[in-house]
Amino acid sequence: MVTTSKAWEVLRRVPDPEIPVISVTDLGIVRDVVAREDGVEVIVTPTYAGCPATEVIRASIEEALRAAGAVSVQISTRLDPPWTTDWIAPAARKRLREYGIAPPHALPLDEQPILFAPRRLPVECPRCRSDDTERLSQFGATACKALYRCRSCREPFEYFKPL
Amino acid sequence: MSTTLVHTEAELQYLLRIGDSSLILGQRLAEWCGHGPILEEDIALTNVALDLIGQARLLLSAAGELEGRGRDEDQLAFLRAENDYRNVTLVELPNGDFARAMLRNFLFAAFQLQLWQALSTSSHAQLIAIAAKSAKETRYHLRHAADWTVRLGDGTDESNRRMRAALEYLWPYTNELFSPTAEDDAVEESGFGIAWSTLQPAWEGTVLPVLAQAGLGVPARTPFLSSGKSGRHSEHMGHLLSELQYLQRTYPGNTW
Repeated sequence: MVTTSKAWEVLRRVPDPEIPVISVTDLGIVRDVVAREDGVEVIVTPTYAGCPATEVIRASIEEALRAAGAVSVQISTRLDPPWTTDWIAPAARKRLREYGIAPPHALPLDEQPILFAPRRLPVECPRCRSDDTERLSQFGATACKALYRCRSCREPFEYFKPL
Repeated sequence: MSTTLVHTEAELQYLLRIGDSSLILGQRLAEWCGHGPILEEDIALTNVALDLIGQARLLLSAAGELEGRGRDEDQLAFLRAENDYRNVTLVELPNGDFARAMLRNFLFAAFQLQLWQALSTSSHAQLIAIAAKSAKETRYHLRHAADWTVRLGDGTDESNRRMRAALEYLWPYTNELFSPTAEDDAVEESGFGIAWSTLQPAWEGTVLPVLAQAGLGVPARTPFLSSGKSGRHSEHMGHLLSELQYLQRTYPGNTW
């Protein structure tokens, strides 16, 4: 039998398929783990409703827990409360930066004005740490990121959008 | 029919109106893939499409459960007849140029944001959860489209001309966003949702200042009323569905 603490330990090593330097628990999408005699139930929440990585994440979680000895693995979805980037672990923020992705600000979205909001927030370049950066697009290669460029070192980079 | 059945049917129609509107605009925005004016905007449009399709999946799954006939999100999205779709006509209109795409996204995202906020007090726990989740994503859509509305409206003569043409074309279809439906009373009575008309003042509070900043005069309201919410669609809907449904109609039940 796989205990709850063993299951959490396994989950801490399941990487996010799009950003492999952080795990599914770093990301804050594992909401609960329930170990039973006959298996493990993992309750996850999606980052973005349409995120295509969701299916891969579910498969990776199941595979990892089975490899650890769980006979049956059930994965359920919980939408409420909705996922927020504030749940990303502090240590994972550091790893994001080292990986070249600027970690998200912890700003309440409700307080941002409708027009031209991100221009008010300095986003630090993950490479040279300069604040002199510009947004190229609010949307990037995945739903959770925006595209930026550093005016100081001239490198483009991605910014994990606060959600 | 018992009161419960009347309420269930009204709530189902309500969910379909919201879910289908996300689905159909998601389909329209997906058509932009590979056709955006610049790479960043191509990516942005398809990102917004993906969010909308994600909303549609949640809402249509909830609709399938409420209906209780064993239909899942895919069956509802891909296997209904045109008259069974309940999306507002605004979202099925052809894409047109980039100005029209941005303006439609702006007008619709402003509507959706009001809707998601109003649904935070719904009697249906799942709908509250979906609305709270979607509101976060819609804020990004709204900001993106509002930025472009100002940038194009207050840009060159050509971009302003295109934005004015887009507003002229789309504006009459915004009447339907707030038009009453036969189910409004039942939905309000059960606390499931809110009447569409109640969203109009807050929507105008968001939309009008941005249009003013974009230098765009607001067209006069006309009595024209489109009827997608009742299943009577424009001539564009059939063509859209032929593409959306092609795969499941040709290879029923196919997965990959």
